[in-house]
Amino acid sequence: MMARKLMKGNYAAVCGAALAGCEAYYGYPITPASEIAEAAAAIFPKLGRTFLQAECETASINMVYGAAGCGKRVMTASSGPGISLKQEGLSYCAGSALPCVVVDVMRGGPGLGNIGPEQGDYNQVVKGGGHGNYRVIVLAPNSCQEMCDLTMLAFELADRYRNPVFVLTDGVIGQMMEAVELPEPVTIFPDKSGWAVRGTADTHHLINSIYLAHDELEWWNNELRKKYEEIEKNEVRFEEYMMDDAEYALIGYGCVSRVLRSAVEEGRSKGAKLGLLRPVTLFPFPSKRISELPDRGVKGILTVELSTGQMVHDVNLALCGKARSDFHYRVGGNLPSAAEILDRVSELYGV
Amino acid sequence: MARPAVLRKPLGFVGRYEHKPGAEKNRTHYCPGCGHGILHKLIAEALEDFEITDRAIMISPVGCSVFAYYYFNAGNLQVPHGRAPAVATAVSRANPHAVVMSYQGDGDLAAIGGNHIVQAANRGENIAVFFVNNAIYGMTGGQMAPTTIEGMKTTTTPYGRNPLTDGYPMKISELLDSLHAPVFIARTSLHDPANIRKTRAAVRKAIQYTIEKKGFSLVEVLSMCPSNWKMDAVSSQEWIRDVLIPVFPLGTLRDRGSEAVEMKRPVPTFDPAKVREVLGVGGGKQKALARRRVDPKYADPSIRIAGFGGQGILSAGTAIANVGLEYGYNVSWLPSYGPEMRGGTANCSVKIREGSIGEPEATQPTVVIAMNRPSMEKFEQILKPGGTLIYNSTLIEVEPGRKDVETWAVPITGIADGLGNTKVQSMVAVGAFAGVTGLFGLDDIKGLLPAMFESEAMVLLNEKAVEAGYDYVTGMRR
Ligand SMILES: Cc1ncc(C[n+]2csc(CCOP(=O)(O)OP(=O)(O)O)c2C)c(N)n1
Ligand code: SF4
Repeated sequence: MMARKLMKGNYAAVCGAALAGCEAYYGYPITPASEIAEAAAAIFPKLGRTFLQAECETASINMVYGAAGCGKRVMTASSGPGISLKQEGLSYCAGSALPCVVVDVMRGGPGLGNIGPEQGDYNQVVKGGGHGNYRVIVLAPNSCQEMCDLTMLAFELADRYRNPVFVLTDGVIGQMMEAVELPEPVTIFPDKSGWAVRGTADTHHLINSIYLAHDELEWWNNELRKKYEEIEKNEVRFEEYMMDDAEYALIGYGCVSRVLRSAVEEGRSKGAKLGLLRPVTLFPFPSKRISELPDRGVKGILTVELSTGQMVHDVNLALCGKARSDFHYRVGGNLPSAAEILDRVSELYGV
Repeated sequence: MARPAVLRKPLGFVGRYEHKPGAEKNRTHYCPGCGHGILHKLIAEALEDFEITDRAIMISPVGCSVFAYYYFNAGNLQVPHGRAPAVATAVSRANPHAVVMSYQGDGDLAAIGGNHIVQAANRGENIAVFFVNNAIYGMTGGQMAPTTIEGMKTTTTPYGRNPLTDGYPMKISELLDSLHAPVFIARTSLHDPANIRKTRAAVRKAIQYTIEKKGFSLVEVLSMCPSNWKMDAVSSQEWIRDVLIPVFPLGTLRDRGSEAVEMKRPVPTFDPAKVREVLGVGGGKQKALARRRVDPKYADPSIRIAGFGGQGILSAGTAIANVGLEYGYNVSWLPSYGPEMRGGTANCSVKIREGSIGEPEATQPTVVIAMNRPSMEKFEQILKPGGTLIYNSTLIEVEPGRKDVETWAVPITGIADGLGNTKVQSMVAVGAFAGVTGLFGLDDIKGLLPAMFESEAMVLLNEKAVEAGYDYVTGMRR
């Protein structure tokens, strides 16, 4: 057995960042994401890396813009209200093709809402909540181990595509503790000397999102679009559990997927052929896989979210009306229980 | 550092403005008579004379100087409106050897970016800020700026700025001068050659201090905007002299360059050995404790521990999860967090399973450990039929309501008090849990305590607590 340590999801994300060579953390406290800032404040200085508590989320995402523009692996983290403030900077990061990692530990909204777990940031994160035509890659961990692993992956993807990458999770995954096995530190980093500003004669580059001529800006938007298509082609990730012979598929991400997993197990023990499809990437979305469900003998699809209906629209787009699609949600900080899901399944499908 | 009077562009500018669209790659985009161009030139000359073009980095704002990056022979970042000080902060920290300059107008710096400049100044970031005060929004066509003077007509103060509704002209230099950290703050003007020379000196001082890593410098420059002031070039200069300067007096507000010490930034390490050490990666193979034979009704427990804040609810849960982990089980721990805790109650869910763990919340626990009465009343209701309720009989004087569960009345607080420290009640509870379920061996738990507590005295005390809880329930069983 490898050494596994019990740690919070939020802490694991910072370990992942440190292992991935993240050189700077710029953030602003907010529950339930604050442990990320606190862990970075504890760990980063020991590695000579930068931790700075900014004056607000607007500042922190712009600090991320600055560090990313200098070719540094850099990260920030927040929750709904802070992510709203970061949207301006994220649009600039995307428009200037800057790699960076943002962790969103979602809480209840709208407005100040509360600090319970929710998934109401799906739209503002997955659809690129800032202005302009851009997308961000969105990874959705559902365990503390994945908080570490997917944060590491986030840095890799950010650099590969020169694009912001989100780790989108929720209060449950951020606050819970599980055993985590920390991977080996990354030692090979991409060469960014071709575009990053490093304060040297050969890096007199320009980090910029302005294209005054309409044709040039159209060209740039097309370039970005090509990149997003490339991402959609290469980076779709999902996890399936007992889907091989499933007649009813449950779809959910993050902490919900864990409840659904329990529901699948309990349902199976009572003879209901349930399966779970968990999107691990929300952009790119596993649309193709979902569109294949009807042909795989799935008779009913139940999407469950901690939002009044955000990801379910992507599920429905993928299904194009080819199969029955239902929706169940809890919000306000409440989680559905596995028993509640099974009640809903039997009410909908009679199994 | 006197410059020979030759008519050529300073090397602080690029030879041809290639980033500038259109055919005119040699002229700036500024209006005739505008102050921006003059200030640009003073900066560019300084970059040449200090021989720092290689390591110069310019942050371009949003405003008429949004295109500053067309001109400067430097690394360039164009940034969102008002955010230049935040970006410059990270750029400077990412490149401590670089000379980072931020160029901002008065809408950019004093309005939308007001907080950012104050905070960057307060942190004493090693940057030189060139702040163009033209009392108006130039780029967007002449709206009011925070620096617009009383009575001044702009497109958004068509009847003149009225302090009662629009506030007073903002004196940024004075404001920043109230902070501890900045090393250099000066206000200068571009309205005549003598003042341009003073501006030149101030620009150089700011850049010099940045080179010397002395911290935050800001030069506020009163600058002509003939286009939006609706004046010709000469009247613009006169207007600065006669109207603007009385509101914004010129001079050096602060120069602490001689006292300031060179700033040292940490050097990041990516040495895998160091990273491993700091994070505690690896540590070789860890041998799991030998599993104990467990009565099936206690196997794979889903545990809810609850009580009031200060009873060590979360740490009892953490300890149980940690011990479970040492036996090689999958474990999860989920706290109640935030306002729920502020109300004085706390609870957590712990799962210990052979297989992987789905929902981390113990929505239908098989074991409830209730440390006070409200917790018992709340959580016994969700206990699975046939489950186990361990309750703190010191504080809970009523009988549990559920009759379809196994109940264990353990005077947890009383036992801890008997050991002389109420705080160890959480470990008494852990011992009771182990004794009831048989999931953990007493000696196994004791063996893990040194890793959980810092001092030897605490280890000993907690050993006693675990043992007392364990013995109490095993005694009951007998
Ligand atoms: C978020 C945002 N809000 C508004 C604008 C529009 N805008 C562009 S420049 C500017 C004012 C700039 O004025 P100032 O900083 O005084 O610079 P000047 O043009 O006078 O040099 C405004 C409001 C913008 N680009 N971004
Ligand atoms: S509008 Fe004013 S500030 Fe802008 S370029 Fe013209 S004169 Fe200069």
